[in-house]
Amino acid sequence: MIRRPLWVRAFGSWTFRYARTWRGSLATGFALPVLYLAAIGVGLGGLVDRHVTGGGPSSISGIGYLSFVAPGLLAGSAMQIATSEATFPVMAALKWERRYDAMLATPLRVCDVLAGHLGYIAMRSGATSAAFLLVATAFGAVHSPEAALALPVGILVGLAFATPLAAYAATQQNAVGFNVVNRLVVVPLFLFSGSFFPITRLPGALRLVAQFTPLYHGVALARAATLGRLAAPSTAGHLAYLVALVACASVVAGRTYRHRLAP
Amino acid sequence: MSTANGLEHGARAVTPGWRVAPWPRRASHVVARNLVVYRRAWPVLVTGFAEPVFYLLGIGLGLGGLVGRLAFAGHELTYARFVAPGMLASAAMNGAILDSTYNLFFKLKVEKTYEAVLATPLSVPDVALGELGWAVMRGAAYSAAFLAVAAAMGLVGSAWALMCVPAATLVSFAFGAVGMLATSFMRSWQDLDSVTLALVPLFLFSGTFYPVGVYPSWLATIVGWTPLYQGVVLERGLQTGFVSLALVPRAAYLAALGALALGLATRRLRSFLAS
Amino acid sequence: MGDPAGPIVSARGLTKRFGTFTAVDGVDFTIGRGEVFGFLGPNGAGKTSTMRMLACMSPVSGGRLEVRGLDPARHGPSIRAGIGVVHQHDALDMELTVLDNLLVYGRYFDISRRVVRARAHELLEFAQLGPRAGSRVEDLSGGMRRRLAIARALISDPELVILDEPTTGLDPQARHLVWERLYELRRRGVTLVITTHYMDEAEQLCDRLVVMDGGRIVAEGSPRALVERHVGREVVEVRLAHGSHGELAARLRPCFDRVEVLADRVWCYGEDGEAMLATIHAQGYATESALVRRGSLEDVFLQLTGRSLVE
Repeated sequence: MIRRPLWVRAFGSWTFRYARTWRGSLATGFALPVLYLAAIGVGLGGLVDRHVTGGGPSSISGIGYLSFVAPGLLAGSAMQIATSEATFPVMAALKWERRYDAMLATPLRVCDVLAGHLGYIAMRSGATSAAFLLVATAFGAVHSPEAALALPVGILVGLAFATPLAAYAATQQNAVGFNVVNRLVVVPLFLFSGSFFPITRLPGALRLVAQFTPLYHGVALARAATLGRLAAPSTAGHLAYLVALVACASVVAGRTYRHRLAP
Repeated sequence: MSTANGLEHGARAVTPGWRVAPWPRRASHVVARNLVVYRRAWPVLVTGFAEPVFYLLGIGLGLGGLVGRLAFAGHELTYARFVAPGMLASAAMNGAILDSTYNLFFKLKVEKTYEAVLATPLSVPDVALGELGWAVMRGAAYSAAFLAVAAAMGLVGSAWALMCVPAATLVSFAFGAVGMLATSFMRSWQDLDSVTLALVPLFLFSGTFYPVGVYPSWLATIVGWTPLYQGVVLERGLQTGFVSLALVPRAAYLAALGALALGLATRRLRSFLAS
Repeated sequence: MGDPAGPIVSARGLTKRFGTFTAVDGVDFTIGRGEVFGFLGPNGAGKTSTMRMLACMSPVSGGRLEVRGLDPARHGPSIRAGIGVVHQHDALDMELTVLDNLLVYGRYFDISRRVVRARAHELLEFAQLGPRAGSRVEDLSGGMRRRLAIARALISDPELVILDEPTTGLDPQARHLVWERLYELRRRGVTLVITTHYMDEAEQLCDRLVVMDGGRIVAEGSPRALVERHVGREVVEVRLAHGSHGELAARLRPCFDRVEVLADRVWCYGEDGEAMLATIHAQGYATESALVRRGSLEDVFLQLTGRSLVE
């Protein structure tokens, strides 16, 4: 009998719980992309397109605002779901429900517990991105078969946020820090990483800062995918940044988890 | 005087200081308790008002150049001036809703904080009013802070804008009360997700980012009846200074919605807490 | 505010219904000022429902109730102003520190800040929690939380304190600490109403008690009077190494006033334990153990309801 690798068992326990509630999140998983694309892509997009074609400076690279903003929102929602799953549920597993302790009473080790949870969050990010991609295609915002690669991009973005946040969460004793991180980090990133407008519209210093943040690279990759421009040289750079971030954060997370769970 | 056991009571027989305060003071003690709690969790309070400011900067200014000017009440507004009142109304909404949903659920069903409170001279209506009062204070504070930022950015049209804070209080009152009513129906953490699910379309579609004129008429009618839209229109009129009597029904709507929701919420809370 | 010489609580036909379920079924009792009054019964007997009505936290479904001389339906808040309640699971405010729990609670009674602060420090001493004033509630042990809950119930200097299962869930040492605090309160003349399913607690603390089962009162009186009235003074407890306890009980029944058989022992009731013991040994049974003890409230409950207090 081939036994499942240890981390897969941890992963399985999270999906088992999710399997009972996924139907509910299916509705929201599709509803939210529809709402955002309708309001921002079509409603607001109508204003932008009307203004730009009315003789104003063209800064959306010749495509409609809907096609510009859709990949930005896709990456943004992968970030949001990863953030919400890597903060409060990690605290719950550590302290309130003590799920991690229960897992560690089995042959699972700390690295399995961490990998299992991150794997689950990656799956949730992937599901969110897939739903977003389907809705965006239905809205006509997708222009290339390369768009399918926006799905792994979404997973990568999710991990790029989940890993450092889980590392941070393992050092916390209460949820106060999460609210602060949400409002002072996640919200500005969501707004200023090129999802809603190109970062060329930011003043010089801020533009530089934005290029060092993860969502900027995620948005750039997602947009390249939906517009069929992945062959461009900048793709490798964006990819490298995100992969490096996940790798470094994993090391840190491993350390903070071990310190908290097996001191 | 002596008791059944022959013990002397002495001073206890004289009227001691056991009294019941009038209802405003009773509700104020519930507010005071929240202040004590947030004394230590103040980062949550302070960062709360940052969100609408970021949206103002990001969408209002960042997108401003891409959108150009918008027509409103026969005048033309820069996009930032159009968006700011929408963010103000949403700041009032968000400021109130968090306390009246997530925090209320936590206190009501998880920690059962009110169990002990109801063994004092306070009753359920005092608790409901006090919690709503706190939520309104929070929403009004966020709105006032936001208004100060908007004024500093030169986005305010006239002195009427000072009425934006009382108007925001009405928005907070309406949403706080509705939030409390919704929470009184919830039974588990998952139910709280419905709060986010309801707030997102409100936030996106209530004329905050673009005029509702772009909707087909049936959709515009539906949106016209939702509370955030009423708040946005009210705030936009006051902040830009383009006021008219048509704003009064908006305020009345919010006040009536809040009062109705508060009454229903109190009744439901009473059957849950003091049955 | 009521007659200072009269009882502090008076109930006639008190009833509590939840839909079609009757939790308290027409009970009568009177509680005098300054006494320690107990409600003894198993889980589900209706004790907590009765407590909630006494504390004016739950409306009365039927019958008459007067607390501190007032009608809860019309004067609930006024009655609650002079009462302290210790809830079954403490119901402390987990988001506040130990001291803040006392201060905030005191303010609910509209007591001035200066007086509340002074009383809070006094009560921390009384509850032996002085050094923990700034601690969060979640850092306290179960016994400390219970003492804090008791201290909090006293912040308004109440004339009646209601305690719902005050030592359930505590280790023996914590239980004794709580009992000590309750003795102290009794010395100060505070009327205490206690619900419990521990017979030792009822016997030690209560001046008078009622035994509740299934929403009804099945007995009333002081602990000693109840034992004398319903149970013999002494009880012999026999355990067999092997063989059927039921069979032994059947054999012994004609010899004694009363015999009860449990899963792993037999209880024989009478006035003289040594004599009963001799009779048992004369029967020729190989007993693993046979001891004589005094009659207790557990026996009273068993006699009256056919069930034991602890399931």
